[in-house]
Amino acid sequence: MGEKKSFWKHLKAWVDGEEVILDADKYIVSRSVKEKKNWGGRYSMENIKGNKKLYGFLSVAISVLFIGIMLSVVNDLPEFGNPSNPANNEVMERYLESGIEETGAINFVAGMILDYRAFDTFGESNVLFLAVMCVVLLLKKDKNNYSEKEEAENWEDDYFDENEKRPILKVGGKLLAPLIILYGIYVILNGHLSPGGGFSGGTIIGAGLILYASAYGQKKMQTFFTFRTFTLICVACLLTYCACKSYSFFTGANHVGYEIPKGIPGNILSSGFILPLNICVGLIVACTMYGFYALFTKGDI
Amino acid sequence: MSAGIQIILLVFLVACALAVSLTKNLFIAVIVFMGYSSIMAVIWLLLESPDLAITEAAVGAGVDSVLFFLTLKKVHYLKGTREG
Amino acid sequence: MNHLGTNFYEAVSVILFGIGFMNLLLQNNLIKKFIGLNIMDTAVYLFLAAKGYIWGRVAPILTDGIVDASYYVNPIPAGLVLTGIVVSVSVTAFSLALVQRLYMHYGTLNMDEIMKISREEEGE
Repeated sequence: MGEKKSFWKHLKAWVDGEEVILDADKYIVSRSVKEKKNWGGRYSMENIKGNKKLYGFLSVAISVLFIGIMLSVVNDLPEFGNPSNPANNEVMERYLESGIEETGAINFVAGMILDYRAFDTFGESNVLFLAVMCVVLLLKKDKNNYSEKEEAENWEDDYFDENEKRPILKVGGKLLAPLIILYGIYVILNGHLSPGGGFSGGTIIGAGLILYASAYGQKKMQTFFTFRTFTLICVACLLTYCACKSYSFFTGANHVGYEIPKGIPGNILSSGFILPLNICVGLIVACTMYGFYALFTKGDI
Repeated sequence: MSAGIQIILLVFLVACALAVSLTKNLFIAVIVFMGYSSIMAVIWLLLESPDLAITEAAVGAGVDSVLFFLTLKKVHYLKGTREG
Repeated sequence: MNHLGTNFYEAVSVILFGIGFMNLLLQNNLIKKFIGLNIMDTAVYLFLAAKGYIWGRVAPILTDGIVDASYYVNPIPAGLVLTGIVVSVSVTAFSLALVQRLYMHYGTLNMDEIMKISREEEGE
């Protein structure tokens, strides 16, 4: 029991970044003793980096050599736009010929990335969420890194957002932001019927939110979009995605007979799980884009 | 689609990349990079992939440059702002 | 084999990759370095998408009910690039956040000066 408790203490200290290295003295001695190898005398890495002209010449030479080698490779590649190229093989034929009856999506690309390769897209949504969490880690302002000067600047910003007359920006934002967001929703909902889908539609919605926030200030945005909303939407969408794909993985892949009806290709309510997955991805991307903007300007969503 | 337009657009692309590398002003560099992304969106359309065109136009010319400009403001580069 | 004249998309993407790489190596300013990284990204996407194009075919969206593989271009590179573009914007945002933290600590964006100051701090 005592050992377990000390292990938890260790783990907690390690998470907090306070882990003390037990052999600290030995570690410091070994680090200071380690001698710098001076291989090659004046041709060491330090010298090359210190010598501006030599460094520049070497970088240009390496890049030009790279371009030359790659151009000679391009010279030997198969011809551009030829239907018998090795890239256009039976995988593409399979996707194009039986894609519609297997996924039900008219846009073959949407059918591909959200049905055949949906786990790839799931990982990518996780990458987006992780990126925004890293930015939160780096830039979010809390009571430990918040100076009085920044607080005064924030107050000044809020004051100007409320009271300053910026007619072009404000009227433009009021008129354009709903249209941009509406267009984004259209692109997301028609992801399986026309070009677009979760990623592009989500980015468009994010751009509309950014326009509104830059015109009216973030205090007004925070009336309906706080950090709590942000985490709730992101986590709920990721979990929904995971549940949908697990369902089709466990039933569809084994042909047990509980598959989602595909509907008539061309209708808006068709193609199984592609529409909800598109909505999930679009919400995650929109929240991520607005989250980047908010963290970069004020350090808080 | 004719090959002439594509070659002109590709030459523009290389010219934009060189201009980004050679200019000293960061503000101009970011704006030229915006133009680079817009040309790239037209090229996606010519390569028959409209999904990529929409995404690139929204991401490259929209969100990416907003992020770059916000960083320039934070590092006290833009004159006329409070940090400038 | 001499296809440099017809493979102009691939040639341009290789040249763009080289320009971006040179930017990454030679520029001292961190923001210029990240613009170079973005140029390298788009060069790779251009190469991939050019591999999927086929002359005289249309975009991979069902038109006039024709289900035939010899009517549409290759949809696989488009799907790959679509995921790549969105990952590249998140990488850009993360690296710009790192740049802001570095500026808060060192007060400069120049790579050499940051290395110099950090070396002095470590030496003390």
